[in-house]
Amino acid sequence: MLEFLNPPFMQRALIAAVLVGITAPAIGIYLVQRRQALMGDGIGHVAMTGVGLGFLLSTNPVWMATLVAVAGSVVMELIRWYGRTRGDIALAMLFYGGMAGGVMLINLSDTGSNANLTSFLFGSLSTVSEEDVTAIVVLAAFVVLVTVGLRRQLFAVSQDEEFARVTGLPVRVLNLLVAVTAAVTVTVAMRVVGLLLVSALMVVPVAAAQQISKSFKVTFVLAVVIGTAVTLAGTVTSYYQDVPPGATIVLLAIAAFVVLTALATPLARRRARGRENEADRCTLEVPAARPASDDVRV
Amino acid sequence: MPEPSTPEPVISLRGATATLGARPVLRGVDLTVHRGEVVALLGANGSGKSTAVRSVIGQVPLTGGTVELFGTPLRRFRQWARVGYVPQRTTAAGGVPATIREVVASGRLSRTKLRLPGRADRAAVDRAIELVGLTDRAKDSVNALSGGQHQRVLIARALASEPEVLIMDEPMAGVDLASQEILATTLREQVAGGATVLLVLHELGALEPLIDRAIVLRDGCVMYDGPPPEAVGQHALPGHDHVHPHAASEPVRTGLLS
Repeated sequence: MLEFLNPPFMQRALIAAVLVGITAPAIGIYLVQRRQALMGDGIGHVAMTGVGLGFLLSTNPVWMATLVAVAGSVVMELIRWYGRTRGDIALAMLFYGGMAGGVMLINLSDTGSNANLTSFLFGSLSTVSEEDVTAIVVLAAFVVLVTVGLRRQLFAVSQDEEFARVTGLPVRVLNLLVAVTAAVTVTVAMRVVGLLLVSALMVVPVAAAQQISKSFKVTFVLAVVIGTAVTLAGTVTSYYQDVPPGATIVLLAIAAFVVLTALATPLARRRARGRENEADRCTLEVPAARPASDDVRV
Repeated sequence: MPEPSTPEPVISLRGATATLGARPVLRGVDLTVHRGEVVALLGANGSGKSTAVRSVIGQVPLTGGTVELFGTPLRRFRQWARVGYVPQRTTAAGGVPATIREVVASGRLSRTKLRLPGRADRAAVDRAIELVGLTDRAKDSVNALSGGQHQRVLIARALASEPEVLIMDEPMAGVDLASQEILATTLREQVAGGATVLLVLHELGALEPLIDRAIVLRDGCVMYDGPPPEAVGQHALPGHDHVHPHAASEPVRTGLLS
């Protein structure tokens, strides 16, 4: 029954999938909190140049992509500090330059091909190598360390940056850390969901979790649970059915979002009703001019 | 490090100038707040009062002049736990749900920094929530709160570090009457406990009895510095003493809008 566990490539793919399922929502929650949900998408584009460089220089594309994505995320953070006026244009240059550069470099290299390109853009389980798994484990450990270990500090900075600065926290360092961690997560997730769908896994599980949660803590835990569940389910599905893993995972995550949203609506209504009973009802006499049938409810 | 009993002012802004783009916002502002004083900064929109307060805590760079907190130049000031800051906000919520307690606890970071919070830290957070009367809602999402309750959360967050000075930017904006009373009570307790307060206000309103001194800004200059005027804002300026249909201290309280 668990025969999908037998082939070594599936074992590697499942390890990668679990780590992606944990790390992407773990850093994504801070991006969503800062209302920078699409940051991961931009980093994904920039990482493409790293992949291209990896092929051109015949080194491991995961490490090269990490290097370039981290550099790109630092540049993005610097643009956010200094380039108030034309910041969005500068970011657009960076994103599309990164993507175009990657495509160009892969085509220039001897080993790279369009098939390789596709596997990085949309994810491919059978191509996750031993070397990739090692890189993914090391990088994922870093992401978990930052996102869990510094959760109080990152929460404060992402909730209200100005207030955080007045508490004396090293806000610039923490912002850079979020950017770098997001970049690292992109390259962790690249092999499984692909660079174009990385951002979805950072955002959608968080969006799904917050439909039914009241606290940051619960949102965090739930988003990681949802992330892990959909990456595992998507990976196994793509083993049995010939479907692309990245697309399957993202569609499953969106399905989770839809289901939780549907569940949340009656839940929110019940909570509101509970509060309504506690709260004072209107006690003022309604002026006579008002029709008696006009029942005033709060 | 200055002892708490030293006589130098808690906040001292001297000859402060600042620009926003090419427009001068502060044109030589002097502002001093002594220990235990409650000072209101008043003025019309665009008079520079918010900029003045934000320059005190280093959020607006000055083009000239000096800032000192507790006698230490701002550049070298590190004891942020002594400062409780309430930024101008209409909401305490971010892009992800958070409970009142989670938001208030972030105010304690000026004391805990990178270490884990201990029992004393948790107790201080509970106390801050209690001070603004939200203990029974501590585990609720801030998304479920009214405008006035949001301000109470922001003030509790500032109080969580048990600060010596409270700096508040329009804490009464969009606050219903019931919350205004609670905020005034909270502030009165802080002042009675020896806290120093600098706050930006649009009108004195429910806080009037607490204010020791008012500073009125206009076009980036101090126009008035003294006991709180009867009427405030534009109408408090020298040469502007016509009689109002109703005094500012007596807002029409129909209860319909609160």
